[in-house]
Amino acid sequence: MNIIMRSRLWTFGFRSTIMLYFVVLIVLPIIGIYSQSLHLGWTPFWDSITDPLAWKAVLLTIKLSVIAALINVVLGTMIGWVLIRYRFPGRRILNSLVDLPFALPTAVGGLMILLLLGPNSFVGNLADQLGFQIVFHEPAIIVAMVFVTFPFVIRGVQPLLEELDKSEEEASYTLGASRARTFFQVIFPSMLPGIISGAMLAFSRALAEFGAVVLVAGNIPGKTLIASVYIFGEIESDNAQGAAAVSVLLLTLSFLILGAVNLVQSRRLGK
Amino acid sequence: MRRLWITLTYAVFLVLLIAPLVKIFTGSWGDGWSGFADALTRPESLHALMMTGIIVVVVTLLNTLFGVMLALYLVRGTWLGNRLKAFMNSIVDLPFAVSPVIGGLMIVLILGPSSALGTFFEEIGFKVVYALPGMILATLFVTFPLMVREVMPVLQEIGAQQEEAASTLGAYSWYTFWKVTWPSIRWGVIYGVVLTVARSLGEFGAVLVVSGNIMNKTQTATTLVYQDVENFNVSAASSVALVLAAFSVGLLLLMEWAKKRKEVH
Repeated sequence: MNIIMRSRLWTFGFRSTIMLYFVVLIVLPIIGIYSQSLHLGWTPFWDSITDPLAWKAVLLTIKLSVIAALINVVLGTMIGWVLIRYRFPGRRILNSLVDLPFALPTAVGGLMILLLLGPNSFVGNLADQLGFQIVFHEPAIIVAMVFVTFPFVIRGVQPLLEELDKSEEEASYTLGASRARTFFQVIFPSMLPGIISGAMLAFSRALAEFGAVVLVAGNIPGKTLIASVYIFGEIESDNAQGAAAVSVLLLTLSFLILGAVNLVQSRRLGK
Repeated sequence: MRRLWITLTYAVFLVLLIAPLVKIFTGSWGDGWSGFADALTRPESLHALMMTGIIVVVVTLLNTLFGVMLALYLVRGTWLGNRLKAFMNSIVDLPFAVSPVIGGLMIVLILGPSSALGTFFEEIGFKVVYALPGMILATLFVTFPLMVREVMPVLQEIGAQQEEAASTLGAYSWYTFWKVTWPSIRWGVIYGVVLTVARSLGEFGAVLVVSGNIMNKTQTATTLVYQDVENFNVSAASSVALVLAAFSVGLLLLMEWAKKRKEVH
């Protein structure tokens, strides 16, 4: 009897600890930020997000994230394909290098880009002579976003390519289809779910990126200030309500994307 | 055609990943060995690296413990309703979707000096925000999904049969866990630990907001890099960054190894 009682107490203790941990760490903060942004009512909330600097930052973030995601779709599809389909020296090393941006601290990633493209660097000087600027301007932000989201599309495409039945492809060739046609009508459709979910993950990660971007963007309000840096600035200047309002905007967007990714993935698994 | 694609792939890797890595190496050695050593032995560098070390150890321990248990409950727990389970399951990923800055802001809002909870903790003499506990909390938030997401699929795959057999044969639940469940989830857990270490080592946005980035007090290695860059001390920044990058590359190799072992088992 004693042992049973004790084990029941243990079980109860474990269960409530885990549930409490979950609620305190995940649920409470989310509720907190939504309520904080609205605790003064709708008007200040609306004022905060219609501040020209705020919505310019949000729009800029969305624009650059879309560009970064598109670049990643092209690069990721190609690299995923090459790494799975071709055998060449160094393939294994490249394949493990793909995850580097995930393993590397984002601030270090930002610093790398700064060193590589910044003033006094080879690329920076070259671009200067050609009459355009990279660092502290939009291109650098895009490079930083592409860098941190690099693995998503590749890792999304690879398992699908591995799964792909060789015989479908062979059938297509046997029926006289050209290489290009086979690719676009047989291979590409089966890669598509991976590309889409990878691109959406890359997009939402790019929306949220802070560390890599803050170092290279220059953060000029209205020009190269992206949303997460704007939020950081608002926190620094003690405007918690404004920061929370823009955060809510960004969060809601990310949640929608995350939901869409889950939908795409569960539909794929359902099939 | 094939040649072209392989060359292009190599080009992308070279430009996007390898060149920056090399650059940070040469950047930190710009002033020679002494410059590198000086930058690292500054008191603020040593302190920042120590803070990062503490955070990594504490967060990894807590996240592993809670992550494995939550994964167990989410997959096996019958006491949770199916609806609740599905709901919790979808919420686990939230920290992935939340910008780290926003994650930090959440903690400041709830536990900061202007909140009810924050003043309560302040009164009992326990500082959360702008101190180590807040930074650990922020890093826990950010790393939360990593362990759960690694362990859950393994648990789902192995099924409950063996565990049920063990308990039918009279094994206590602890015994069942160690003898039956643990051996099969082991590699998933190790992989999750490596991911957690990497993420907590590199966390920047959330920690920056929560810590206030006070030198020699709440500064971590990544926020020190940021501050050095802001102060135009790029070579010192690269030295600290090089240490972090070396750790990350080491973790990456470990990750590859764990992945391979995970596939074998």
